[in-house]
Amino acid sequence: MREVFANTVTAAMDTDPRIAVVLAEISRDAFAPAARRHPDRVINVGIREQLMVSVGGGLALAGMRPVVHTYGPFLVERPFEQIKLDLGHQDVGALLVSIGGSYDDPVWGRTHQVPGDVALFDTLPGWTVHSPGHPAELPALLEPALAGDDLVYLRLSTRANARPYAEGPGFTTLRRGRRGVVLAVGTTADAVLAATEGQDVTVLYAATVRPFDGAGLRAAVEQLDRPDVVLVEPYLRGTSALPVADALRRQPHRLLSLGVSRDSEVRAYGTPEQHDVVHGLDAGGIAKAVREFLG
Amino acid sequence: MTAKEMTTPRAFAELPALIARMTGDEKHSAAANSTMDVLWVLYDRVLDVSPDRLDDPDRDRFYLSKGHGPMAFYAVLAAKGFLDESVVDDWTAFDSPLGQHPDRVLVPGAEISSGSLGHGLPLAVGTVLGLRAQGRTGVRVVVLVGDAELDEGSNHEAVALAGRLGLDQLTVVAVNNFSGTHGWPGGIADRFTVEGWAGRTVDGRDHEDLYAAFTTPHPGRPLVVEALIGLEGSE
Repeated sequence: MREVFANTVTAAMDTDPRIAVVLAEISRDAFAPAARRHPDRVINVGIREQLMVSVGGGLALAGMRPVVHTYGPFLVERPFEQIKLDLGHQDVGALLVSIGGSYDDPVWGRTHQVPGDVALFDTLPGWTVHSPGHPAELPALLEPALAGDDLVYLRLSTRANARPYAEGPGFTTLRRGRRGVVLAVGTTADAVLAATEGQDVTVLYAATVRPFDGAGLRAAVEQLDRPDVVLVEPYLRGTSALPVADALRRQPHRLLSLGVSRDSEVRAYGTPEQHDVVHGLDAGGIAKAVREFLG
Repeated sequence: MTAKEMTTPRAFAELPALIARMTGDEKHSAAANSTMDVLWVLYDRVLDVSPDRLDDPDRDRFYLSKGHGPMAFYAVLAAKGFLDESVVDDWTAFDSPLGQHPDRVLVPGAEISSGSLGHGLPLAVGTVLGLRAQGRTGVRVVVLVGDAELDEGSNHEAVALAGRLGLDQLTVVAVNNFSGTHGWPGGIADRFTVEGWAGRTVDGRDHEDLYAAFTTPHPGRPLVVEALIGLEGSE
């Protein structure tokens, strides 16, 4: 995804003089061609993440369209007050792009994991949040974000589904059934499809989670025998439970939220697939949870 | 006296009365009063900005980073016609545009919203980089910070980068009324000059010294003006 991201932004910079990229060392090689072509518009601030976000805000105040990018925890958690105050509170926008998913590379440990990013953006008004599951989904998300002026967070992963599933800004229906709806966000889609193989459930797919396609969820729920919803997110468990509750507030329903555990810090290294198992986000874990929930 | 001064609609001597309409007291808080002379010199003689050019991309920018104690800032904006001066009388009321910290969405002429310390200078670095990318190399961005505000590490990230990149469109005026608990032994300006800035230290009440400090060229380097407040005879 990082390569498609860098290539798409670099191509857009050639035709849109508003676009400026702000980096903090991470991915500077990916943006080296852009830096050669547009030396004033690729700004590597060094390992200074507070400054990186503020520079994005200052660029936007000057009428530019900032693209601010680094590894997830250092983009979202370390400079969170800068995101709150130097973008939204200044009434300016930016495109913030993280890499590393929630735990793409667990050998680096807790410091390089950011399962709480989308939950943090939920504390701020006005943000669009994309969590794509395949590199081919990126251009359709990036192009309007680069051309706009609004607040956009794009979380990239080094992991991907076998193929792209998104067919537009709302939820895409991957499978239809009557016993429940399983909403798979981003990189969880292949595991969800495997876990629900042969089960009588609808599977929806989301590459964009904010705004939340409540109408799409309601439409899917209306086709069910029972209004049971399973939410599978590649970040903190239950992050989208509130938008689901809002979307279905007029009808009694049940919700099971799957995602990265909130219970304890996982002090283990290894592979992302091993961490999927810990969090119940592998196909087996999802299948078991869905079976138990739907009965 | 310059020609610009003679056309000024309101005089410096009227600022205390405007501030008193907010504070309700002829004796002003240190936070508001420390910045009054610096703000006046900037808006009266240095900054190329006016109320009819708030959207002009080539205007100079002033970023009040130390948003606490904004009364002198509001008074200067009113005196210079950015604000209708009647709004000062009900400042901090629910529907007033004027709060204890400025909000750029509500205050005409306020370029940034501030209050939390350590944001104005990093924002200004970004704005200078944006102006530079647009070829607007004649526009100045002036940031006012307080001495205690420099405790915030985000400032030091900005000081280092601005110095390395030689952002000569950027000026910091550090109003030093020695309010920080741990202080800056040897002064504030040295913290900037070691990073490649041009530095000047002046009496923060002396309008001619401030004017000279702001307007003496500093090619290839950002400028810090340390404005000392509390010097003997300047209270």
